[in-house]
Amino acid sequence: MASETIVDPDFKVPAPERVGEEGKTWSHVIQNLVFTVDHKKLGLMYIGSGLLFFVVAGIMATLIRVQLFFPRSTFLDPDVFNRFFTMHGTAMVFLVGMPMIFGFANYLIPIMIGTRDMAYPRLNAFGFWVFFFSGLLLYFSYFGAPGLYNAGSAPDVGWFAYSPLTAKAFSRGHSTDYWTLSILLGGIGSLATSINILVTTFCLRCKGMTLGRMPLFVWLFVVVAFLVIIALPPLSACQIMLTLDRYLGAKFFDTQAGGDAVLWQHFFWIFGHPEVYILILPGFAIANEIIPVFSRKPIFGYPIMVAATVMIAFISLGVWAHHMFTVGMTSLGNTFFAISTMVIAVPTGIKIFNWLGTMWGGKLHFELPMIFCLAFLFQFLIAGLTGVMLSVVPFDWQLSDSYFVVAHFHYVLIGALLYTLFAGIYYWYPKAFGRMPNRKLGLWHFWLFTIGFHLTFFPQHISGFLGMPRRIFTYEAGRGWEIWNQLSTIGVIIQIPGILFFVFNLIYSYFKGEEAGDDPWDAWTLEWATTSPPPEYNFEKTPEVRSRRPLWDLKHPDDPDWKFE
Amino acid sequence: MTGVHAQGAGADLPTHMVADMFKPLSRPAEMIHETSLLVLVICAVIFVVVAGLLLYIVVRFRKKATDNTQEPPQIYGSTNIELAWTVIPILITVVLILVTSRTIGEVQNAKLPEDALQIRVVGHQWWWEVHYPQYGIITANEIHIPVSSKDPQKARPTELILQSADVIHSFWVPQLAGKTDLIPNRTNKMWVDPYTIGTYFGNCAEYCGTQHANMLLRVIVDTPENFEKWVANQKAPVPPPQTPQEIEGRRLYYANACVNCHTIGESVSKGIFGPDLTKLMTRQTIGAGVAPLNHENLLSWVRDPQILKVGCLMPNMQLLDNEVEAITAYLETLK
Repeated sequence: MASETIVDPDFKVPAPERVGEEGKTWSHVIQNLVFTVDHKKLGLMYIGSGLLFFVVAGIMATLIRVQLFFPRSTFLDPDVFNRFFTMHGTAMVFLVGMPMIFGFANYLIPIMIGTRDMAYPRLNAFGFWVFFFSGLLLYFSYFGAPGLYNAGSAPDVGWFAYSPLTAKAFSRGHSTDYWTLSILLGGIGSLATSINILVTTFCLRCKGMTLGRMPLFVWLFVVVAFLVIIALPPLSACQIMLTLDRYLGAKFFDTQAGGDAVLWQHFFWIFGHPEVYILILPGFAIANEIIPVFSRKPIFGYPIMVAATVMIAFISLGVWAHHMFTVGMTSLGNTFFAISTMVIAVPTGIKIFNWLGTMWGGKLHFELPMIFCLAFLFQFLIAGLTGVMLSVVPFDWQLSDSYFVVAHFHYVLIGALLYTLFAGIYYWYPKAFGRMPNRKLGLWHFWLFTIGFHLTFFPQHISGFLGMPRRIFTYEAGRGWEIWNQLSTIGVIIQIPGILFFVFNLIYSYFKGEEAGDDPWDAWTLEWATTSPPPEYNFEKTPEVRSRRPLWDLKHPDDPDWKFE
Repeated sequence: MTGVHAQGAGADLPTHMVADMFKPLSRPAEMIHETSLLVLVICAVIFVVVAGLLLYIVVRFRKKATDNTQEPPQIYGSTNIELAWTVIPILITVVLILVTSRTIGEVQNAKLPEDALQIRVVGHQWWWEVHYPQYGIITANEIHIPVSSKDPQKARPTELILQSADVIHSFWVPQLAGKTDLIPNRTNKMWVDPYTIGTYFGNCAEYCGTQHANMLLRVIVDTPENFEKWVANQKAPVPPPQTPQEIEGRRLYYANACVNCHTIGESVSKGIFGPDLTKLMTRQTIGAGVAPLNHENLLSWVRDPQILKVGCLMPNMQLLDNEVEAITAYLETLK
């Protein structure tokens, strides 16, 4: 006897109503953002809020440059100017650089190692929100800081806030406290994310992915995460010490009560120099993925690239006092830090040569990501060489705290880091949104921004040679600085439309871009094996890999990598 | 370069307003300059080689329209090549280290003669206090020193003892020497040894607050004879005020809070928060270089210092017009 049908064939199990699934109304969108623990959404939120703060800090930089166009200009008051460069520097490092790199890490690491999410998704969301509110807190200082009559609003002590300028006697009101608390808070978020990166990469790699088969991108972020965990505690410690000084009568940095002004510098730079590598290694990480794909060759010398990264990270912990060659260290101290700083040029040089070696004999495709990476190589070469000049202590006695230093670190942070971030955004945009970024708009962005960037920052090397100190709100005519400052300001005016093209491209391509498909660049790492955009669980079936380029093996079964690695 | 401020001691000297570190006119700056040139040349060569290689690769290995879709040969690395581009940078680094440590020693550990002129410079927000302990002179913002010589036998270097009264500042006159910080609770030392007479320009090079930009420096290097003349004038007593306005000005100066912050010679005006005014009119500028010292600017400063230098620590004393004029007239007798 035929069994009685007890299942209605038309019946479907209703999909469980889940928060944020719809995304149709604003309240859904907000719920979706606030409650998500998905590493991809959080990654995009990191990058998005980084871009937001980038625009705000960039507007401040523009106003700074306008003020410096003419000598003795009265466009900005000195205090307003001092707040602008402090907020610009602090925001660019802590609210733009850090979230952007963590955004890339969040989005890509789980997919690249073939897993479904970060090890601690909730910690991940916590890290993002702590960072985001630390940024809001910093900017809230404009409204919340003036606690005393005539006290300043936003912080105006410079992004490295040398004591005793931050002591109660010299920094009245609460502006310095907003700065301190914001950085302390941001540091908690960074630590959380770094721990998450380490646990994820060490515990959640897919089958077959040994450490030696991880994409270099992931390797570099492992190193970055270690550096964050080592470098951030001294920063947090000195922020707490400063707060104790300001409110509970401690005397760590209060020179009027016998404290030590130089102690702050040691604390700050023992964080601050590794921080430079925390920011630039992710740039290298992105270049490590893009250059091979658009050269159609594997990275040259994978093990050496890993070794060089670890070496850079290790040495970077012993170079902090090269920011302090003018504080009157002994000749022995100066020599030690000169040597350690110069030695770091060796592994860095290896990296540049290995990228060149990767391109040598390849077939270079000048797609948007590759163009930005080539500019990165050129600009990072300049930044590295000016870095070598600054490590030569006697040269540094002249250049330290001059516009030459400003030029140097903007070549590092814009010329190298920001260019690789642009490259990365163009490279993974099709993965994240399923549509290709517009090439024409991208080229406008590239050329305007590149011309503007060099016009802005190259002349600053020269004004530094001519004795122009950084952080001055004005200068007298006749010192030989006018023309260089004017070129610099014109450069910014050219950069701005470049950025507008970039932002427009992101929005335009989201709606009108060409369909990308899963693997538009014919690439080799696991993120290109899933759909674009990837589903929430990334992979239906956990992948299994046998080499560093699993998709190469798949596409070239006759010539797989695992035979040669 | 012509002088823009034609008043005060040493105003007739040639001015070096463009403080180009590649035109050193003093021994430490010269030693720094030599090292820097070598480093620049090495870096330029590296730049040309690597950037040239990059350009070559971009042109040579670009994908051509005629290319088939075949992938290029897959090369994974080469130990020998890696070794080469590790060893060469190491050799360059060794050269740089040797050159650097030699120059550090030469500049930092130079033996100065026992009788070298000593000047104590104390940084304040936002001006420089200048002491000549060997002469008992105190002045501000403009440092007078005698010219030295390239000939080591005749060289008369000057030692600068650097201290700070509040936050960190940095002493930087690029054509004379590299910069050295002035740090509260510490004493740093540096030395200069200029070959040619002239007025050298410099700045505070460590951000020190609102008016960091207008914490300007002038080093006035003159012949030993003229330097001695300047010393004699600084030590000579100030002539008493003559006209009724000057006398009224002096009365007002001592009746107001001026004495709390400023010193004038051997009087009851012994304040130490502001610059010493004993020989005010022998200086070229006012407000640490913010404006030339002339009648108009001095009037403006006495009326309200915040006009010329907003944020400076001298408050507006709320004086009446006739009081401003009288005090200015009195100050103009201080020469």
